[in-house]
Amino acid sequence: MMTAAVASASSSTHRQNIGEVILAMENISLAFGGVQALSDISFDVREHEIRAIIGPNGAGKSSMLNVINGVYHPQQGTIFFKGEKRHQMDPHKVASQGVARTFQNIALFKGMSVLDNLMAGRNLMMKTGILQQALYWGATQREELAHRAKVEEIITFLEIESIRKTPVGQLPYGLQKRVELGRALAAEPSMLLLDEPMAGMNVEEKQDMCRFVLDVNAEFGTTIVLIEHDMGVVMDISDRVVVLDYGKKIGDGAPNDVRNNQAVIDAYLGVQH
Amino acid sequence: MGPFIEVVLGGLMAGVLYSLVALGFVLIYKASGVFNFAQGAMVLLAALAFARFSEVMPMPVAFVLAALLMVGAAFVIERMVLRHLVNQEGIILFLATFGITYFIEGFGPQVFGDDIYRIDLGMPKEPKIVLESMFDGGILINLEDFIAAGIAAALVTFLAIFFQKTATGRALRAVADDHQAAQSVGIPLNRIWVIVWSVSGFVALVAGMIWGSKLGVQFSLVLIALKAIPVVILGGFTSVPGAIVGGLIIGVGEKIAEVYLGPIIGGGIENWFAYVLALGFLLFRPEGLFGERRIERV
Amino acid sequence: MFYRENGQFKTSYEADQALFPIMQDRVFIVVLLLVAFVGIPLLADEYLFRAILIPFLILSLAAVGLNILVGYCGQISLGTGGFMMVGAYAAYNLAVRVPDLNMLVVFILAGLITTVVGMIFGIPSLRIKGLYLAVATLAAQFFLDWLFSRVKWFTNDSSSGSVSAPVLQVFGFRWDSPVEKYLFVLSVVVLFSLIARNLVRSHIGRSWMATRDMDVAAEIIGIRPVYAKLSAFAVSSFIVGIAGALWGFVHLGSWEPLAFDVNRSFSLLFMVIIGGLGSILGSFLGAAFIVILPLLLNQVPHWLGLPMSTATAAHFEAMIFGALIIFFLIVEPHGLARLWAIAKEKLRLWPFPH
Repeated sequence: MMTAAVASASSSTHRQNIGEVILAMENISLAFGGVQALSDISFDVREHEIRAIIGPNGAGKSSMLNVINGVYHPQQGTIFFKGEKRHQMDPHKVASQGVARTFQNIALFKGMSVLDNLMAGRNLMMKTGILQQALYWGATQREELAHRAKVEEIITFLEIESIRKTPVGQLPYGLQKRVELGRALAAEPSMLLLDEPMAGMNVEEKQDMCRFVLDVNAEFGTTIVLIEHDMGVVMDISDRVVVLDYGKKIGDGAPNDVRNNQAVIDAYLGVQH
Repeated sequence: MGPFIEVVLGGLMAGVLYSLVALGFVLIYKASGVFNFAQGAMVLLAALAFARFSEVMPMPVAFVLAALLMVGAAFVIERMVLRHLVNQEGIILFLATFGITYFIEGFGPQVFGDDIYRIDLGMPKEPKIVLESMFDGGILINLEDFIAAGIAAALVTFLAIFFQKTATGRALRAVADDHQAAQSVGIPLNRIWVIVWSVSGFVALVAGMIWGSKLGVQFSLVLIALKAIPVVILGGFTSVPGAIVGGLIIGVGEKIAEVYLGPIIGGGIENWFAYVLALGFLLFRPEGLFGERRIERV
Repeated sequence: MFYRENGQFKTSYEADQALFPIMQDRVFIVVLLLVAFVGIPLLADEYLFRAILIPFLILSLAAVGLNILVGYCGQISLGTGGFMMVGAYAAYNLAVRVPDLNMLVVFILAGLITTVVGMIFGIPSLRIKGLYLAVATLAAQFFLDWLFSRVKWFTNDSSSGSVSAPVLQVFGFRWDSPVEKYLFVLSVVVLFSLIARNLVRSHIGRSWMATRDMDVAAEIIGIRPVYAKLSAFAVSSFIVGIAGALWGFVHLGSWEPLAFDVNRSFSLLFMVIIGGLGSILGSFLGAAFIVILPLLLNQVPHWLGLPMSTATAAHFEAMIFGALIIFFLIVEPHGLARLWAIAKEKLRLWPFPH
């Protein structure tokens, strides 16, 4: 596939070894009213790996990310993160544990510049008090400058130098997706959740995005959980794949195993249930 | 017991009027997703027009002319304002209706005059005492109020049928959900908007006439009409029955608060009671009594 | 031609993040401050101070406060008049009941009291948004109206219901004449505008704007909605409260709750819309516009030799306000401040088309 060359080129550089389980989802069930979005799903994510979640539309992929994220609270099941059992937790708490994310429908701050969007991604790390900020002296200025330097590294990494002062609302779709990745990276997360990072992109944009995802994983060792519809991309870049259908897990394993799994083939090709 | 019932009845009557204004709000919100702050100003405009027209011509003619004026207003509003704000956020549309409010508040008095005008609908004004056998001293009621309540009930029934049963009603509901989507399935957005603003102008006219005949047509109608906002909060933005029940609850609630709580904490509670009640409601049931709960998606 | 940044290369992020990164802007602001602090006191007459400059400055400050809430944090408020009223009455009670207190302390405390009240009425914003919040703040407005007109303690049992502020005295100096009052107000307004500007370019400001633009995403990147919204209410109310105290003490001298009624709330909201949502500069432009328009409407017919009654002028004022609000929402939702920015953009290129 078109990304194969990119993938092998990047991952061969200095890919970090896949480590212990960092996130374990155990028997997760989630329902909205009478609709069962997820039923009894278990899977784990290992440190430094790229873990893909695939499945037909409405399979519950985004709901799964929302559960990891703390947007939805599952009715049943347990989540272990970095070895600790996680209790019901609001999204901002999850963020403070080092989980960042992008969205299927871009959720950037449209009224703010690219730079401010990325700076907002580092809000968690900024500690100066309101009075210091009001004066913008000393600590606040030092803090702003230090974070600005970090953000500029990401801007360089993503090759978006020329648009740093542009309000994101004015950017084309592909660039917005890239900026959103930048905002997530700005938080220096240990785990990155990507909800269809390549949806709606043309081939060239997809290649770029694949390269960024692989580079992030290789250079920063970030664990990545990604939802993607493009099977070529999924097979190329992910280490393990979990397959959902109608809120149930129907497959889990290395890309090649999943590709040959009968249940998965049925789900995609459509077999009478 | 007698005096208490009188207070409740008085509250119900005030409530009917709140309901009528609130109905205008709900109609426009349901059909265009616009929270129309100008509803109160429309009541004032309609009442002023009717009062001044009826000075020089028979009342039915004045009524028709005033109704036509409200249709004209709907047309102008669609042409000058709404058309240019398709698909904008709710808050922008809301602020735009602020502009409409101010314009009407200047325009109405400029054209029709600044004084207090009387509307005499020929309804019986003298109070009646009923149920003397049941309560000591009986209960003082106002026949005019009952007629007003009857008119309001008829109007509500008519609107409910219109919304649920006709093709226009369905189109209206589609528009409220999503402007662009409605347009793309061939619903003529502009015409729908003119229709719904006309209908709600008509509701404003009825409310203005009843109110005007009770209190005289004057600028303060706008402030009273503002109370329709807590009413729709209470009843739910999208619910016609909600507007009615909300109006009655607030009408009765504020009368009771004024009469029984007023002497203790200093009177004048009527001015804020409705809002604080709505506020309390918002904290515990933000979707209102009859509103639909929305699930947020990411 | 003159407004161009060619050759001004920034060699550090510090220079790039400065308050006014472009040299011409720095010159402009210095000249503006010189005119305001030196030129105007020398030239303006008493009418100008009383009728235009002082109200303009105080309303600008209130609009800055409101803009933080509405323009930056996206929480709509129709209760600004009520919060100004809290500031005015808090300052009055402090000044009357604790006569030895330094007036600056009085103003700061009045601001803090308003902060508390504002935060209480801001609590609903944690559960509700947009129009619903507008109603919550409207509740604040009407409740506060009632509180200060009915509860006699707040007016020091004055029989008429109106209160008179003591003379403004800071550090033994009486700010009595219009020029002195003007300079006092100007200093306060400049100080707080600077503070507001600093806040909106710090991380707290970004958390407000993030909440405004997309609250769910803001929470997911770690911004606590409770903190972002309540801090916006707090800062906004603090500034609005001080503006209210100034409005009472410096502009009106004596007042009753009517001076801070719901129409004050509305007109402040218009200033923010017309001036520009999410712009400190816009707050000033909007305030200037709303202070000057009625005066113009009164004057222009005289100049043209057309007599116009006050009532007619008031009607036209309302109609023009209404039309302008709609105009700005349709054509330029970012208000006068955006027009200013566009003009600057054009100036950079002028006289060349590109």
